[in-house]
Amino acid sequence: MTFEEIKSILKNHTVGIAGAGGLGSNCAVALSRVGVGKLIIADFDVVNETNLNRQYFFKHQLGEKKVSALKNNINRINPETEIIIHDLKLNENNLVNIYKDCDIIVEAFDIAEMKQIIIETCMSKLPDKPLIIGSGIAGWGKSNEIRIRQSENLYICGDEMTETSTQNPPLAPRVGIVANMQANTVLEILLNTNHKDEDYAE
Amino acid sequence: MKITLNNTEETFDKNELTISDLLKLSNFSYKLIIVKVNGKLLRKEAYDNTIVKDGDDVMVLHLVTGG
Repeated sequence: MTFEEIKSILKNHTVGIAGAGGLGSNCAVALSRVGVGKLIIADFDVVNETNLNRQYFFKHQLGEKKVSALKNNINRINPETEIIIHDLKLNENNLVNIYKDCDIIVEAFDIAEMKQIIIETCMSKLPDKPLIIGSGIAGWGKSNEIRIRQSENLYICGDEMTETSTQNPPLAPRVGIVANMQANTVLEILLNTNHKDEDYAE
Repeated sequence: MKITLNNTEETFDKNELTISDLLKLSNFSYKLIIVKVNGKLLRKEAYDNTIVKDGDDVMVLHLVTGG
């Protein structure tokens, strides 16, 4: 497929991104660059100095709401992507309404308990929607341990091992690998409608 | 019995195991996990009384903080 053909497919699709931190901001930027038509992004947080080691924000945006800062940044890269933002804390009650019209949902929270909530909610209330989660991104090196697994509509990107801590912080390279792996999985689903499950078997 | 655990065929001595037994036997000791049995999500409360039988497909995934 040429890039023009790819863009003509992607522009008709909507991707939901749950969280605008390290995974969400980088994944959203990648999806906009390649021409996804619409992104629905939710987050309640503001840009903090400690975010700049991995998240797609700039120094002058400290203190701004992440969703509006990210919308501005994406608009400067590709204004053709429509960005719908929700400045709120996602929970099991509001996320169905926010993401029900998306073709695919990308889970991009930091806290494991929140990842569990979105998985359980999506699998029970939006079972036909592909859900791409990120799990295990902390530290540096060990790129080969980052992988993707699939079980029906659920895709897991990451090493499923490394937990964030003061001694093992989330850093741009590994977070970026997983965020872009999530974006790459979105493309695989949207562009390759005949994709086979075996592609992801371990 | 033979089951598929995380896409790999595994053999166990017993003919039936609860999910809780299986998690212990397979050393899935992480605090937050998601378990799917034959494609269906299993709630934590059901781990003790859900029986895994020959031929079942079980997926266990770890949720770890960071993003």
